[in-house]
Amino acid sequence: MAKVIVITSGKGGVGKTTTSASFSSGLALRGNKTVVIDFDVGLRNLDLIMGCERRVVYDIINVINGEVSLKQALIKDKNCDNLFILPASQTRDKDALNLEGVARILEELKQSFDFIVCDSPAGIESGAFMAMYFADEALVVTNPEVSSVRDSDRILGILAAKSRRAVEGLEPVREHLLVTRYDPKRVNAGEMLSVTDIQEILRIPLLGVIPESESVLKASNSGTPAIHLDKSDVADAYRDVVGRFMGEDLPMRFVAEKAGFLKRLLGGR
Amino acid sequence: MSIEIPAFKIKTGTLPVLQLHILTTDMAQLKEQLALRLKLTPDFFASTPIALELSAIAESGAGLDYAELAAFMLEHGMCAAGVVGGSAGQRAAAVRAGLGLFTDAPARNIPKRDADQAPTVVHVVELHEQPELPGFSGGAAENQPADPPMAQAVAETPPVRATMVIDRPVRTGQRIYAEGGNLVVLAIVNAGAELIADGDIHVYAPMRGKAIAGAQGNEAARIFVQGMEAELLSIAGCFKVFEEGIPENVRGKPARVHLEGSRLLILPLMH
Ligand SMILES: Nc1ncnc2c1ncn2[C@@H]1O[C@H](COP(=O)(O)OP(=O)(O)OP(=O)(O)O)[C@@H](O)[C@H]1O
Ligand SMILES: [Mg+2]
Repeated sequence: MAKVIVITSGKGGVGKTTTSASFSSGLALRGNKTVVIDFDVGLRNLDLIMGCERRVVYDIINVINGEVSLKQALIKDKNCDNLFILPASQTRDKDALNLEGVARILEELKQSFDFIVCDSPAGIESGAFMAMYFADEALVVTNPEVSSVRDSDRILGILAAKSRRAVEGLEPVREHLLVTRYDPKRVNAGEMLSVTDIQEILRIPLLGVIPESESVLKASNSGTPAIHLDKSDVADAYRDVVGRFMGEDLPMRFVAEKAGFLKRLLGGR
Repeated sequence: MSIEIPAFKIKTGTLPVLQLHILTTDMAQLKEQLALRLKLTPDFFASTPIALELSAIAESGAGLDYAELAAFMLEHGMCAAGVVGGSAGQRAAAVRAGLGLFTDAPARNIPKRDADQAPTVVHVVELHEQPELPGFSGGAAENQPADPPMAQAVAETPPVRATMVIDRPVRTGQRIYAEGGNLVVLAIVNAGAELIADGDIHVYAPMRGKAIAGAQGNEAARIFVQGMEAELLSIAGCFKVFEEGIPENVRGKPARVHLEGSRLLILPLMH
């Protein structure tokens, strides 16, 4: 059964697109037929990070409007055989998306793919709603700061009440927490929330922690998803995330919290 | 016949009713799955009246042949009595098919307070709901019509206030309103979430949002929380916010809140 996975956050700029690119690449590297869809209509970012921007001819809106077939719009990834990208449109606005059209596209993709990864735009408006509505699972991308955690909490509330699974009374959307841009030094200095703090608020299972790293910017500038980087924490972290998602039991890396901090957490407040 | 002997009485009473949640408008699929389940426990229903719960298909607005469904159910010993929820069109069609209309669950009537800050989500929780039928398996045998004496007792004492129970996290932007009754929350209530009850509020987890008890002015309403981290507490319109943080003696601890005159008192639950 094909699975629809939304990469969502509420807050902007937390690493959804970076995660969508690496996560879908990781799934494909493991032999899964994977497609990643850019729902950020009007901005269009995913194709840049995947390094296929010059091959974009048609986009999701063309497909929704019936102007071209899905096959014509899908772009094959340059790094992975099993990966395809459905880009967003730069010229249209978000209103060009509609649930009916998205449903049709997903149904068709389900025929030939194992995983459908949906890169959500920021916010809680219609674009984000379209991206999450049909999700079976959700990766909630959160940075270790209060405003990001708060927005993730809101998104989780919407998933629990407004997604198709909620509306139709099906099994709830499976929720995963992904903490990105994590910097243990700043956490220990008390400048950022710890993974424990975040989990204490959101209370959903932790899928992984992606460290803060300059290499991410370099990777996206060169149009290569971070998971392909050599000798990189970020690549290792994303590979772990994919492994855990596929059911492997892997120890959490890149979290390194000092015991004293935990004590302060439990003792305080 | 003497007119002294009344031929009938009209009374209200709360009777347990089984609800069949309809999840599809595909009649063939519905019949097939129903038949399959009923084969396992053929005598389970024995003419029990059943309410058809339509909320899952309400949004689709799609039609369903209620007469056909009712006939099919009757063949299998289930007596369709009426519908709960559903779109206006679906309810009208049900009436045309000879079914009754159960009033909607009270939780659906969410009042519009501070419209500028409208919540994004409200859990729809049904009050007075019978426990779900776990795939119609046995064990729910006590779901028979109540004995007459019991029904009478219910009818003659004032109605018991409903309690709404929420067992999932209440998150930022969500608002729960227990109209006319108490609210019990078994999971975390996060900052930016709002609990409102006309009666009492109980939270058996950390409470970080707003709790508004006695929303219609009941000054005897109370709030109980297992971990006091609230943003705002209010009883019958008397409220308190915590700009300076929550008082040390209750912070993060079990606490109870009540009104004394016009003062909101927050006390440790245990001394
Ligand atoms: N682990 C990381 N370390 C350092 N920088 C990162 C990391 N992950 C993402 N970034 C940077 O953060 C910025 C935002 O990333 P990205 O575009 O993936 O976020 P987004 O959530 O998709 O944003 P939007 O809400 O605008 O769609 C980018 O400049 C990216 O390079
Ligand atoms: Mg993005």
